[in-house]
Amino acid sequence: MNILLVMIGGFFGAITRYGIGEWVHINNGFPLGTFFINLTGSLVLGWLLTFISQRRKAMKRLSLFVGTGFLGSFTTFSTFSVETIYLIVNKDYFLAIIYVLLSVTLGLVFAFLGYKLATLNNKEKVDVL
Amino acid sequence: MIWIIGVGGSFGALLRYLIGAFINKKSKGTFPLGTWIINLTGSLLLGLLAKLHITNQIQDWVWFMFGIGFCGAFTTFSTFSNETVKLLLEKQFKIAFIYVISSVFISVAAAAIVFFI
Repeated sequence: MNILLVMIGGFFGAITRYGIGEWVHINNGFPLGTFFINLTGSLVLGWLLTFISQRRKAMKRLSLFVGTGFLGSFTTFSTFSVETIYLIVNKDYFLAIIYVLLSVTLGLVFAFLGYKLATLNNKEKVDVL
Repeated sequence: MIWIIGVGGSFGALLRYLIGAFINKKSKGTFPLGTWIINLTGSLLLGLLAKLHITNQIQDWVWFMFGIGFCGAFTTFSTFSNETVKLLLEKQFKIAFIYVISSVFISVAAAAIVFFI
């Protein structure tokens, strides 16, 4: 059952990533699609994990389907790595540095925002993940 | 073509789930070793596939299934950023710093090595 939830989530996560990547075209060499995908995915996962941790084990299946399956598959690290190499190959060194720095720092900011959003109405400190 | 991406993605997600659970059970430290290894090996494989795709050595469906689908889904950015935030909230600043720097540099370097060879 767990395996099936992860696989179905992963199926739709990958398709959605491809769809958005096709829709948001690369702007002046900057890989805007993956950038947008990784930031929104970080935000939603931060929210989801915190939201679920407040509700104990009852939502384990939701976490596997949406978190591990969909969002894990939706966001991607390998495309991020290869796009950075493409920028370097094209001698867009400045864009490569900007892409890496912005992806990492904003990814952390968005994950933290997700965590904060889930704890807005909860004064108790909760564990993320 | 889009279904091929989905099939690759479902197996990428499954393998990430299984490997992540296995490594997390084995490793005792706070360092997120599972995601670290997954992102490194997935970047390496995608670097190789990207090179083969650009030089027309593999067919389109292989790139869609194993590159965009499998590697894209196997590796993950959302877990990477959330694990780092968790380390920061636990005041594990040194481990968080090492995790971020080593993930980015070693994964990009691994993809670059297979891409340029």
